Amino acid sequence: MEENKKSIDGGDKFVFPVIQEQPSCGCGGNAAPANASAIPGLDQSFIMGSIATPAGPLPRVSSQLTRKDHWGTIKTRLGAGRMNYAIDPGLYALGDPADQSPVLVTANYKLSFDYLRRELAGINAWILVLDTRGINVWCAAGKGTFGTKELIDRIETSGLKNVVSHRKIILPQLGAPGVAAHLIKQFTGFKVHYGPVRSEDLPAYLDAGLKATKEMRIVTFPLKERVVLIPIELIATAKPFILISIALIILAGLLGRSGFQTGVFNNGLFAVSALFLAILGGTVLIPLLLPYLFGRAFSVKGLFVGLVIAVGLIYLRGMDLQIWPGKMEALSWLLMIPAISAYLAMNFTGASTYTSLSGVKKEMRFALPLEIGGVILGLVTWITSLIIAWEL
Amino acid sequence: MGSMVYLKNVATLGIDTSKCTGCGMCLDVCPHNVFKMNGKAVMIVDRDACMECGACSKNCPAGALQVQSGVGCAAAVINGMLGRNGGECCCGPQTDGTDSVKSGGACCS
Ligand code: SF4
Ligand code: SF4
Repeated sequence: MEENKKSIDGGDKFVFPVIQEQPSCGCGGNAAPANASAIPGLDQSFIMGSIATPAGPLPRVSSQLTRKDHWGTIKTRLGAGRMNYAIDPGLYALGDPADQSPVLVTANYKLSFDYLRRELAGINAWILVLDTRGINVWCAAGKGTFGTKELIDRIETSGLKNVVSHRKIILPQLGAPGVAAHLIKQFTGFKVHYGPVRSEDLPAYLDAGLKATKEMRIVTFPLKERVVLIPIELIATAKPFILISIALIILAGLLGRSGFQTGVFNNGLFAVSALFLAILGGTVLIPLLLPYLFGRAFSVKGLFVGLVIAVGLIYLRGMDLQIWPGKMEALSWLLMIPAISAYLAMNFTGASTYTSLSGVKKEMRFALPLEIGGVILGLVTWITSLIIAWEL
Repeated sequence: MGSMVYLKNVATLGIDTSKCTGCGMCLDVCPHNVFKMNGKAVMIVDRDACMECGACSKNCPAGALQVQSGVGCAAAVINGMLGRNGGECCCGPQTDGTDSVKSGGACCS
């Protein structure tokens, strides 16, 4: 048995029970579940009564989301109180399941849970919620909290073995990076079936006898999914934008040839608009146009978006490229705008669905120094252009 | 949009075909259609599409697959370099309809 276990673990790879937990995640995790006991609380707001099972009374939920659920979703999307949007881990009944009903596993992030039950309208099932500290399946799988150990423990403590007579559990495919299916089978007797990537395909997957089509297995990154990311990308830049804008305005005022006010109006406001457009390039145009932009590296895509913006701005402002201050000002924006757009575009790798860590590291090795260099050089050039304008 | 591809020749994915039993698990879990069954063993047909999520190596019962898994997220790498958050990041696809809340550049803030 010991021998056998070693070989299926693949020797040096995952050896149970390694817990790959990252307790200090700065991205909305660490929400402690309100209830650490085996049975999820019946007093949670979305529970509609309970169902008697051999494991005791379990909370029952509906596939119909209530106004309160929707309100919670809106609040979460706006970033208010999203840190605590965790539900109790454990076993829930969706509709009126029996001992033959399917078991679906998800994370204890309320939005993941809501989305899952909404897609299962008319289906009676058990939902086994893992404690992922309020983080969605994909993120939690990457961290290992949606993981082998947690699933094994949760199967035991939830009483699942007594509640269902079969030994099959359905996991979201995107949970696979965290869970070793063969170890679940070995330690609990439950066979893991990886369901489709998108919950909306679940009814078809269940109907087909737990068979997913090729399309159901492939992660895509369509326009719709890219668009919903834009507000967050944009909001994330708000604070630096305001701070840098203030600095630019003061600089332009102090270096103004004919007084503070004209400096602000002549150069400061333009600088702020340029910065704003550079940010729009990196946070709005990149998500929108991602598949159509030149280059594979995101920073290269951002660089070209930034160059187009810079050239457009220089043209619109009608910079006098015959004189040195005009030349230098143009150059400064040709350096800064693409650098900023490229940097923000590079940050979008985290939201995309196909960038590998090796790739991101490779991209950053050449892009990050250039981006930082571009901004510094551009800033120096801009300040110089303002100063030499005094001489004229 | 299955055609979106990131950088070439960087993925750390490797297979030891002699260990592969042809169970097909990796075909199931890979979200980028990287593998194909080739007789009794799988082969890597699209290495450049691999996003190093680690699902295949984790679920290969024979230990035939290796990949240095991680999240391809620049913000996380930068945070790691600055010693913040241990380089963690909540970044990922929006496919369960919920992730948009903490993805992308804002994910670690
Ligand atoms: S999971 Fe492993 S053993 Fe199974 S087909 Fe893939 S490589 Fe072969
Ligand atoms: S690491 Fe992920 S994307 Fe790469 S081959 Fe394995 S399952 Fe597919």
